[in-house]
Amino acid sequence: MNTTSTHFVPPRRFEVYEPLNQIGMWEESFKNNGDMYTPGSIIIPTNEKPDSLSEDTSHGTEGTPHKFDQEASTSRHPDKIQRRLAQNREAARKSRLRKKAYVQQLETSRLKLIHLEQELDRARQQGFYVGNGVDTNALSFSDNMSSGIVAFEMEYGQWVEEQNRQICELRTVLHGQVSDIELRSLVENAMKHYFQLFRMKSAAAKIDVFYVMSGMWKTSAERFFLWIGGFRPSELLKVLLPHFDPLTDQQLLDVCNLRQSCQQAEDALSQGMEKLQHTLAESVAAGKLGEGSYIPQMTCAMERLEALVSFVNQADHLRHETLQQMHRILTTRQAARGLLALGEYFQRLRALSSSWAARQREPT
Amino acid sequence: MDKVMRMSSEKGVVIFTKSSCCLCYAVQILFRDLRVQPTIHEIDNDPDCREIEKALLRLGCSTAVPAVFVGGKLVGSTNEVMSLHLSGSLVPLIKPYQSILY
Repeated sequence: MNTTSTHFVPPRRFEVYEPLNQIGMWEESFKNNGDMYTPGSIIIPTNEKPDSLSEDTSHGTEGTPHKFDQEASTSRHPDKIQRRLAQNREAARKSRLRKKAYVQQLETSRLKLIHLEQELDRARQQGFYVGNGVDTNALSFSDNMSSGIVAFEMEYGQWVEEQNRQICELRTVLHGQVSDIELRSLVENAMKHYFQLFRMKSAAAKIDVFYVMSGMWKTSAERFFLWIGGFRPSELLKVLLPHFDPLTDQQLLDVCNLRQSCQQAEDALSQGMEKLQHTLAESVAAGKLGEGSYIPQMTCAMERLEALVSFVNQADHLRHETLQQMHRILTTRQAARGLLALGEYFQRLRALSSSWAARQREPT
Repeated sequence: MDKVMRMSSEKGVVIFTKSSCCLCYAVQILFRDLRVQPTIHEIDNDPDCREIEKALLRLGCSTAVPAVFVGGKLVGSTNEVMSLHLSGSLVPLIKPYQSILY
């Protein structure tokens, strides 16, 4: 069984194996939960907060079961039995929901793994460089990728796994009855998860800004919509707007204003980028082309390129602020639905990339 | 620094920039889109460029350029301007200086 290591492992492989050692735990807790309907055996679930990435795959550990023999006290307090039974039923229901979400995620991951391994084999046979983002980046290890970028790709693979898990959880929970408090913590986690990605990207941009600008870690369809190293906030607002219904008049006004401000900020940054391209081209082309020596031009151009890192950071800052503002404008429930829609939108784009790649390889 | 205090307290929106700075250009574009004509001070052509930069940083600007002042008060650099705009607080701030027609 693979364990998380610092070796060069193609990002996808170990992530899917890791959760498999959780099946044992699930089976165990499920077995014990199944006992709860027998009178006299009481299970008190323990709550674990999923706080960091490393705890992701162990999030479903609610239900370290204890069995109490409380025959003596329960015969004297019948309503206590009822309350405990109700709590147990609730815990069992939640456990079942989580298990369902988890199994769903496992199945998707399994299918994806099969697909990815097929892709890799095909690519290797044909000797192609398949640059489909993190899925097939095993091949790009061969070209001078700095260790910082390799680390980023591995981290990103884990980020996507956690993202998929969160989406599953949101979907499951929103289809049932869920308290605002539980929903709020899910929303907070989802927001923090995006902010974490922006931090990762900032670190990666310092190492290789072109890598981040070109969205190399993303799948091909995602890259089609790339705007300065990521998604375009105003476009996203347009996609998500119908999913917030019903909106109050004030909310609708706020969202429309936000969208307009986003567009204006994006336009400003885009024009700044154009100027940067322009001045960079000027620097590179300065002096006489054809002489064969161009060190001063390189020095000047390198100085110009420093600005690219600032632009990438500004674009991510814009994405960060857009998410913050949406969080402020919407209710918890609306935000949850929005985050679910957002997550699935990206999932669909990733699925589109895979489908398209598969289609392109079919013999005609 | 006197020079900076004097220049920043000019009426309206004042932006300290450098001619080579493309983020500065982006911020100028934003204000133009908001129908504001900011006063631009390109400090790289100023003999006191270094002093001005230090003064701006000391005043609390996250990066020396672009440094945006509205009505004599420091608003901040690109980050602050963008955050303000997205939260809807920038337009009320610059309203007195917006052109009616465009």
